[in-house]
Amino acid sequence: MAAPMLRWGCRGRRWAFARVDGGSCHRRGAPTGSTSNQIRGESSVAQQPLHTAQKTRKGEHKWAAVVGLEIHAQISSNSKLFSGSQVRFSAPPNSLVSFFDASLPGTLPVLNRRCVEAAVMTGLALNCHINKKSLFDRKHYFYADLPAGYQITQQRLPIAVNGSLIYGVCAGKKQSQVIPKTVRIKQIQLEQDSGKSLHDNLRSQTLIDLNRAGVGLLEVVLEPDMSCGEEAATAVRELQLILQALGTSQANMAEGQLRVDANISVHHPGEPLGVRTEVKNLNSIRFLAKAIDYEIQRQINELENGGEILNETRSFHHKLGCTMSMRDKEGKQDYRWFMPEPNLPPLVLYDATSLPAGADPQQVINIDQIRETLPELPSVTREKLVQQYGMLLEHSFTLLNEVGLLEFFQNVIKETRAEPKKVTSWVLNTFLGYLKQQNLAVSESPVTPSALAELLDLLDSRTISSSAAKQVMDVKNRNPRAINKLIGLVRKATQSRADPVMIKEILEKKLSL
Amino acid sequence: MLGRSLREVSAALKQGQITPTELCQKCLSLIKKTKFLNAYITVSEEVALKQAEESEKRYKNGQSLGDLDGIPIAVKDNFSTSGIETTCASNMLKGYIPPYNATVVQKLLDQGALLMGKTNLDEFAMGSGSTDGVFGPVKNPWSYSKQYREKRKQNPHSENEDSDWLITGGSSGGSAAAVSAFTCYAALGSDTGGSTRNPAAHCGLVGFKPSYGLVSRHGLIPLVNSMDVPGILTRCVDDAAIVLGALAGPDPRDSTTVHEPINKPFMLPSLADVSKLCIGIPKFQFCILTFCYKEYLVPELSSEVQSLWSKAADLFESEGAKVIEVSLPHTSYSIVCYHVLCTSEVASNMARFDGLQYGHRCDIDVSTEAMYAATRREGFNDVVRGRILSGNFFLLKENYENYFVKAQKVRRLIANDFVNAFNSGVDVLLTPTTLSEAVPYLEFIKEDNRTRSAQDDIFTQAVNMAGLPAVSIPVALSNQGLPIGLQFIGRAFCDQQLLTVAKWFEKQVQFPVIQLQELMDDCSAVLENEKLASVSLKQ
Repeated sequence: MAAPMLRWGCRGRRWAFARVDGGSCHRRGAPTGSTSNQIRGESSVAQQPLHTAQKTRKGEHKWAAVVGLEIHAQISSNSKLFSGSQVRFSAPPNSLVSFFDASLPGTLPVLNRRCVEAAVMTGLALNCHINKKSLFDRKHYFYADLPAGYQITQQRLPIAVNGSLIYGVCAGKKQSQVIPKTVRIKQIQLEQDSGKSLHDNLRSQTLIDLNRAGVGLLEVVLEPDMSCGEEAATAVRELQLILQALGTSQANMAEGQLRVDANISVHHPGEPLGVRTEVKNLNSIRFLAKAIDYEIQRQINELENGGEILNETRSFHHKLGCTMSMRDKEGKQDYRWFMPEPNLPPLVLYDATSLPAGADPQQVINIDQIRETLPELPSVTREKLVQQYGMLLEHSFTLLNEVGLLEFFQNVIKETRAEPKKVTSWVLNTFLGYLKQQNLAVSESPVTPSALAELLDLLDSRTISSSAAKQVMDVKNRNPRAINKLIGLVRKATQSRADPVMIKEILEKKLSL
Repeated sequence: MLGRSLREVSAALKQGQITPTELCQKCLSLIKKTKFLNAYITVSEEVALKQAEESEKRYKNGQSLGDLDGIPIAVKDNFSTSGIETTCASNMLKGYIPPYNATVVQKLLDQGALLMGKTNLDEFAMGSGSTDGVFGPVKNPWSYSKQYREKRKQNPHSENEDSDWLITGGSSGGSAAAVSAFTCYAALGSDTGGSTRNPAAHCGLVGFKPSYGLVSRHGLIPLVNSMDVPGILTRCVDDAAIVLGALAGPDPRDSTTVHEPINKPFMLPSLADVSKLCIGIPKFQFCILTFCYKEYLVPELSSEVQSLWSKAADLFESEGAKVIEVSLPHTSYSIVCYHVLCTSEVASNMARFDGLQYGHRCDIDVSTEAMYAATRREGFNDVVRGRILSGNFFLLKENYENYFVKAQKVRRLIANDFVNAFNSGVDVLLTPTTLSEAVPYLEFIKEDNRTRSAQDDIFTQAVNMAGLPAVSIPVALSNQGLPIGLQFIGRAFCDQQLLTVAKWFEKQVQFPVIQLQELMDDCSAVLENEKLASVSLKQ
């Protein structure tokens, strides 16, 4: 058979460390990109220690929950997995559709090199075995937004298998201790995204937008090694950070770049696993935790009341906060059937030992070469933060989990003479506290890293006191009454010789209000 | 002029004996005269005349694009043609105008060829008669030949002549009829199980199926992706080689095309001597006919075909070639195996025809599912729907291992049979192309499409399983005055070697030119280049 033909797509951003999300969802009310502490705080069921929550009423048996995840991450690439159409969020409907994407008869798939590299890179970062030969399959189902009637995916032999993801769960009295946990990764497969159906119920019409049809996805299958919503949420957050650090996916859940389905069952420890349900439609980390914990509790209640669990697909209704059976044919049909994709030869990858002499570097992908270009992963970044600045591990988690916070922190560190520990404390407590209070993302902060650095310098040189510095922060954060306190301080310092109006003018100018 | 070969007319164009526009007009007028053959679904008259005009300019400026510049060609209506309706002879695609050209079409146009039109076929190329398309059956030009008519007069049982016309074979019957009736010099067919070679044999043409991966499938509306290849129908082997030269080569739009550089142009040497050749004669025919297909009541290999086959082997032997019998033990399972693989891929490939993006859409709008169902019922004929149904059955989770996976294993065994034969020193294999000559339409439709396809693909199908190149060469006329073809099968990607042997053989047999005097009033133009009907392999 012929060698796989690869298109050259330009690389997306490689090193997207602590990327600032452009989505609006993070801003108001629902801090999805929050610290693990907060995820926990927001998931009502998980707030109680799980073993108590899962005890039967009679107290005879404990219940244990088993959670596995299927995660779809949209690959950050300029063009789609098998066609040359652009990939862009929120473009006008059907403006990014090639003949292949619309499944015009006679069109054929051509594999995008960038997507393969992204899959290899992700596989390596997740400690996977990279298969030097992988295959493509067709998965068939009739769906209006799946124009060909099948999705090209990797069923039989995926590109990466047998990996692991290490994430940290907070524990201890004040949730201040981080316990590392591992979830096994079954496989990572390359596949096509579908288009979008927009249902206009008023006119009983369905409108189809194919812009997303054919965008490359990484399906990451996590083994059922998790036991509650928080663990699942934390694992997903860690994966999100890794994908963003690699630049292989923007992994923004609000924009659908990261989508999670959860397989959930409960059983008594030591007994066989229970019947599982699949919960779909989990489009934020917060809802993910909520939905899983709800579903665990629902299954326990069902079983304790003598009911049985059906092997079914359920959807999480985020307004009602519960999961509901999808009485949809798709659930029952169990994705009808697979067939090898005959238009794509096996995808063959090479390493330093297998690379054929004189191979055209544009036509081959070298795993070892990709390994060498792997950027720093979040776990390493955290370790460095702990070593370099002497901060606690959980602080390093918070710095990475909050979008844009690490960059902010590093910029402050660069510009100030203040002790790293002081900077850490100011950034994580005072600064982040203000942001949370005001419901702002780091990118929306009125305080720049330079301003905070200058403030910390003044504090460091004992020019101002700690309380004065906090008041400056208050003013910077648009607290109108705060400036009066500062005026008072200046008047005190000048022994009431200065004109309050002038002081106010000068202060406002200095604080660039 | 019309009776000449592509190479000859190309020389005439270069020498200014005829202009591309004159040639185009002659062909167009013949297309009109032979309209009753039903060879064309769409005649692209305006496009062809415009292309001819441009070609003429190039010739005047001494900027000819090569051998194909100004040459009228036809294309089977399952190749996408930009701006020209492409129907697959199905209600499903009536009115569908593709926005792009298939790679092979584009390559022909880039070489200056004139696109006369889109030719008829079995719906979505599913058939072996060119009788099962929505535009009706194709009539074999040989039905109206002097050779056939004269034989029929001698036959006291001959019935009404007009209702006794013959099928072309299929599924590329429109392309075969178009070339056979001199309305163009070459035509594209497609070949999944014999769809180019079968009608070529029935219409007295050269029908060439290239190696899988040598010619791009991009824009060919698929039947079975892993077996489909664009096929070439011409009046002689050299012409097929010229067209192959224009089409062969890797295509970035088709990942299954090979990257190895292709020898261009495909000039075929004239073999002076075949003494270094080894010709393999497969001994698989009886096994197929008696062992595997009892339920189909397969007619025996006709004694005429049988006798021509052995005479051809004798010819090679007498000229010094080594002729050996080879065993292809698994080819007898080819047809059943094909049935599973073909219908499975069909079920998958046809899933896209849901009435949403293009093609036919029914009026029912109760629900999306109801719309799908009605659209597909109205859009596909029984044959297509039957294959979709079988394919879905074979691909069901509970059947997948027992049918699809097993069929794939059998396919590998069939392919290995050929590898073993070629490894044993065989250069080309020689087999019949079809069981017999073309049969009358009324006879043909006594059996259903599935039975016919199973019978008619017997000698051609295994080649597609293995991806090998194969060519049907017209050998002689039967007792009824109808063409009979033999098939040569070559090693993968040794297409040039295969055609070289075929060319030598073609020269030996001197197959007669079809005489269509009764068909056309001004036949003089057609037959000015008539060769003597000297058949060296006379019965």
